[in-house]
Amino acid sequence: MPKKTKTEVVLKGIPAAPGIAIGSAFLMDQQDFIVPERAIADEEIVVEIARFDEAISDTRAEIQEIKEKIAAQVGAIDAQIFDAHLLVLEDCMLIDEVKNRIKADKYSAECIFSRVLKHYVDVFKKIQDDYIKERSADVEDVGRRILKHLMGETRIHDFEQLSGEIIIVAHDISPSDAVTMYNKKIMGFVTDIGGRTAHTAIIAKSLGVPAVLGLKDATLRISNQDNIIIDGRKGVVLINPSEATAALYAREKAKIAAYEGSFESVQDVPSETQDGRRIVLTANFEMDGEIPAVKKYRAEGIGLYRTEFFYMNRLDLPTEEEQYRAYRKIAEAMAPNSVVIRTLDLGGDKFISSIQLPKEMTPFLGSRAIRLCLEEPEIFRTQLRAILRASVHGNVCMMYPMIAGPGELRAANSILKGVKERLREKGMPFNENMPVGVMIEVPSAAMTADLLAKECNFFSIGTNDLIQYTLAVDRANEKMAQFYEPGHPAVLRLIRRTISAAHDANIKVSVCGEMASDPTLAVILLGLGLDSFSMSPSSIPVIKRALRRIRFSDAQDLARQALRLSTGQEVEEFMVTELTRLVPDMYSYNGEVQ
Amino acid sequence: MPRIEKTIVVRTKLGLHARPAAMFVQVANKYTSTVVIRKGAEEVNGKSIMGILMIGADYGSELTMIVEGDDAEKMFAELEAYLAKED
Repeated sequence: MPKKTKTEVVLKGIPAAPGIAIGSAFLMDQQDFIVPERAIADEEIVVEIARFDEAISDTRAEIQEIKEKIAAQVGAIDAQIFDAHLLVLEDCMLIDEVKNRIKADKYSAECIFSRVLKHYVDVFKKIQDDYIKERSADVEDVGRRILKHLMGETRIHDFEQLSGEIIIVAHDISPSDAVTMYNKKIMGFVTDIGGRTAHTAIIAKSLGVPAVLGLKDATLRISNQDNIIIDGRKGVVLINPSEATAALYAREKAKIAAYEGSFESVQDVPSETQDGRRIVLTANFEMDGEIPAVKKYRAEGIGLYRTEFFYMNRLDLPTEEEQYRAYRKIAEAMAPNSVVIRTLDLGGDKFISSIQLPKEMTPFLGSRAIRLCLEEPEIFRTQLRAILRASVHGNVCMMYPMIAGPGELRAANSILKGVKERLREKGMPFNENMPVGVMIEVPSAAMTADLLAKECNFFSIGTNDLIQYTLAVDRANEKMAQFYEPGHPAVLRLIRRTISAAHDANIKVSVCGEMASDPTLAVILLGLGLDSFSMSPSSIPVIKRALRRIRFSDAQDLARQALRLSTGQEVEEFMVTELTRLVPDMYSYNGEVQ
Repeated sequence: MPRIEKTIVVRTKLGLHARPAAMFVQVANKYTSTVVIRKGAEEVNGKSIMGILMIGADYGSELTMIVEGDDAEKMFAELEAYLAKED
């Protein structure tokens, strides 16, 4: 078949992480999953068969939907491919074989299904017939969809096959997939759903690569190995760019590299304002692979250690000893700077295989984070013991996520007290005065900050969730992106309230959300009196550069004025105008691509 | 229950590999009767695209088709006509 002439196509999405990437598209949904071996008991056979039936019916609905979408957008002929997919999906031989083998071999549905599928695909691939070869691709495609439904949120892609300079293209990237992406050569991310605070955006920023999200149908329009360019500042994705376009972006990329090179000049100077106010800049941290970046960008500690990633991609729970060693390692690596360990924040959109949670209608308002820990005190105690034991090896602090008010804080602290008593009895050393903080990410916590401040040692404002809960905007829903306003007056008022309650009680406040890594918003936070910022390591030089160019007194002035404005948009516009006036090179990078 | 068993020769140009295999399965699935295709020692379910493809029947090969069920006659007639079509 002659190769189709490829024309340049431009897609527009949400700019979620800055930078320009040029590379080859890697469609994640077309890659294999890692299927764990799981033997089942006799009584589980019916459950597994029912799960398999459900996955088939969910997959059918999914394929029907795609088929209708393609038929409407491209034409009925192109949609016919999905008839073949439906035929494979409903194949009686395949379905019967899977069910019979679940009964006979007693392994989980995904385990048996992937074995049966592999057998068919292997046979098809050996047959010298183009049509059948094509069918084997269909079978693999349908198989992946079924596995995706079978494995749900716990699925993990097999990234061992990654090579070359690739741009990940996916419908969405689950946190468990994200974990496996560290240390891979990924140039950027493109997804159908998600916005600025989606996990994909966080991962992209932590890897220092661009991301354009919420493109709706990118996975249908981009093919594997297409050449693509993504511009994370403008939210643009170019498929099969012309030579001229590619050259333009290559120049642009070089300019950005030069601009970033200028960050080196701030690397070894303190982060302080023109009038001498010191601001502590710390890093958000997930796993060992990030230590070099944390050091490179001169983070003055870890302001947020997300521990849930430690629990992901495995079928069992991490032991106390394992956690202790991990926490100790980072505490020692960062000493004398502090490491703030956040206790387990599961639920919401983060799930693990080892804790089966009932499905909830609105998981973000359900059994999440501290609530889950209070329901499963043994899991919580294990983590607390590990953190306390690590506390003698450096400057370890701990904070609880999703505290809604003093009630939860007291419940968590009483478990902590019990754990400390046990450790004392056993003669295990720990820091009796390890600081314990509260994350302010629920509006009710911000409203009761004065009460919470009396019972803890510090606050850390989690702006991503605070914005989501204050404005009732699902941050993963790309249709809501326009309503997700970090500068919204309600958000700013809650932050101001939190900071003044903390300072009244003589405790420090940090911010560990995406707001901290946006120079414009960071100046407002500075002006509101924030003590420290925690962000992805690669954002540190950007923020340090901005802070060093401004006077604290001016920031206070701007924050005061911004708080009198009525909408988030007005706030951002006001800040950009004023900052550009006060500091002409605040946003010194001006691109050629508009 | 009516049962028809007959050996037939595949006349569709691409045999039962290509799109005809998919068409065959779609036709078979319109009926309630069962259809088994036997080629040599192999026997597969004629309503399964996987089965039909695995058997790999070329143009001119001989297959035994066993149809059994209430609508066996109509089903057999349509499938036989389909395999005899030299398009």
